[in-house]
Amino acid sequence: MRGHGRVIEYALSTLARRKFKNFSVAAVFSFLIAVLSSILFLTHAYKTETLKLLEDSPEIILQNMSGGRHELIPVEYITTLSGIAGVGKASPRYWGYYYDSLTSANYTLMAYDENMQDIKLLQGRMPASEGECAVGKGVADIRQVGMKDDIFLTLGTEQNVTLKIVGLFSANSAILTNDLIILTKDSLIKFFNMPADMATDITIEVNNPSEVSTVARKIRRTFPNSRPILKNELIRTYDNIFNWRGGIVLTMFFGAIAAFMIFVWDKATGINAEERQEIGILKAIGWETADVLYLKFWEGAAVSLSSFFTGLILAYVHVFYFNAQFLAPVLKGWSVLFPKFEPMPYIDIYQIFVLFFLTVLPYVAASVVPSWKAAISDPDSVMR
Amino acid sequence: MIFHPGVLGLVTGSLIVLVMAFFSVVLGIRIIIGWDITKSTAGQLSLERQTYLVSTVMNYVMGFQILSLFLFVYTADDIHQLFVGAMCTTGSLNANPIGWTVLFAKIIIFFLCGIWLVINKLDEMAEDYPLVRFKYKYLTALAPLMALEAYWQLSYFLGLKANVITSCCSSLFSDEGVTVASSLAALPVDVMMYIFYAAAALETAMLALLIRKSAWRILRYISGVGALVFFLIALASIISFVSIYYYETPVHHCPFDILQGQYMFVGYPLYGSLFGGVLFAAGAAVAEPFRKINSLKTAVDQMQRKWTKLAVLLIIIFIIISTWPLVFSTFKAYGQN
Repeated sequence: MRGHGRVIEYALSTLARRKFKNFSVAAVFSFLIAVLSSILFLTHAYKTETLKLLEDSPEIILQNMSGGRHELIPVEYITTLSGIAGVGKASPRYWGYYYDSLTSANYTLMAYDENMQDIKLLQGRMPASEGECAVGKGVADIRQVGMKDDIFLTLGTEQNVTLKIVGLFSANSAILTNDLIILTKDSLIKFFNMPADMATDITIEVNNPSEVSTVARKIRRTFPNSRPILKNELIRTYDNIFNWRGGIVLTMFFGAIAAFMIFVWDKATGINAEERQEIGILKAIGWETADVLYLKFWEGAAVSLSSFFTGLILAYVHVFYFNAQFLAPVLKGWSVLFPKFEPMPYIDIYQIFVLFFLTVLPYVAASVVPSWKAAISDPDSVMR
Repeated sequence: MIFHPGVLGLVTGSLIVLVMAFFSVVLGIRIIIGWDITKSTAGQLSLERQTYLVSTVMNYVMGFQILSLFLFVYTADDIHQLFVGAMCTTGSLNANPIGWTVLFAKIIIFFLCGIWLVINKLDEMAEDYPLVRFKYKYLTALAPLMALEAYWQLSYFLGLKANVITSCCSSLFSDEGVTVASSLAALPVDVMMYIFYAAAALETAMLALLIRKSAWRILRYISGVGALVFFLIALASIISFVSIYYYETPVHHCPFDILQGQYMFVGYPLYGSLFGGVLFAAGAAVAEPFRKINSLKTAVDQMQRKWTKLAVLLIIIFIIISTWPLVFSTFKAYGQN
């Protein structure tokens, strides 16, 4: 019985002797793994970041519906809502979108309320009186303004507003605040010309998390025109969207996996006379077909494992050091004012598992028949 | 639900494994028809060579079958939050009950593949390949089952509908929203403990006896059947009491969560030792009837001893891992301390 170590050693030395051929397979394999794992890493990073943001969002957001469309909601609903058992605090939110033709970007305008305290400010303070505002990093950059500068927004001759920037959000909060302009409630209502007793939506806190769906059902019954959006539903939807996007991009690379399988098959089939002779000699000195297959197994394992880890490292560098420059546009969506996003380095065993199934399994399947063909060659016929 | 990376991995993996298995079946049928060890024709030589290919392919198939069992459980866990009320893998499997069928099919196929490898190993140890026809008939019967499992797996994932906000305009909070059951019914803790330790002691004792006296035929068969019974009892025990001791929660009976990182992945050695131990015990019993074949006598003797030792070792490891929290955890399932 030959020792396993000897066979591995021999397998490695055979690989080293045919550097170029094996290197080409390993390079293509590593690249494929790098692409696929970049997709998985990035999707996972987006998913965790989004879910982390949603943790802090209110349990229920209540919207008013009219004709199947989102409508402004009467503030007086709050009195009724507070009467529903289980409802903690209900507060109106005022916000809207503003298209800025100067920079062709969309901003989110939001009225200041005291719940916003925990958003980290880089400098300055929240708007306190009419004519003041706090802006996100993206808005400040695209408008080329800084602290104490004025920012002018217009929706026509009647609805103009000039705001003095008293606060600038830090880049750390970019995913939340990048396209955000915060102004006082009165300026926002005036700017958007909203009726005085209406709000954009109502956030509702629920004291006991397990009662959320019951509370939502009660709200639906009380206000049949309303639409309660649960935090869990948002989380579920985002989770599904990112899974789906990742899956779609992976599917696009199935062609590449198939091409890779053909490549491996081809490389492994085309063994030259020298290799054939080598196997012949091994057999002549007493190796059996099973031993040669075992040798081939170790060769394959060495190639696939080293490519697997090279690919993983490449993907890690691409996603977490270069912010996935090549993939990000596909996976995160598109906008003029998109937050600069640095994914948190994190690798899940599950992702490695999935990658293994998507890459190593095809490799094994494609190389098993060729390596058997090599292993059964006759010593006398090849050495003649 | 098909466009989830894990699901894609599983479905592609099953497809490739299936192609490999059916490829082996085609070769196997050729071998069944043409095999004649007494001839020394070129045809017979090529058939003999093809047996190498089939065993290599089947080794890989077996390996991936084991991994796919874990990946399936892992994926079901990953998607649990897409369903209202699902808290872990159990919830995801309840969301489309064919999931349980897939899980059981995967476990059964794991054992059937393992038994095939046992027969293959014995066959290769004899000069005249006495089991060659039998093992390829077995393989021909096994492959359709694998196809069925792959089909069930696909229909499980295709049948899953995530409870998500589907359209920005529709009313998304549904009053009729179905909540999936998130827990399993478990057998009472104290009764299950007695049964588990009795079964474990009995099975280990039988196997230990068989290491010495490998010729006790009846005992060998009893230990083989006993291993399967022990497997079922062990699974029921994991659900009934091992899980709650690891989770330190009297109501959480999920057999899958112990595979997660927050429980130090203890589920992998736990299930690994159980599956391995039962497979070796059953494999040793399956080898028993082949003792009648002259050329296999020594091989059966040698391998049975080896497998029985491994089975005892693995089952003891399994018992230690399942007993560990009962002894060292501060959690008590009942009674005051």
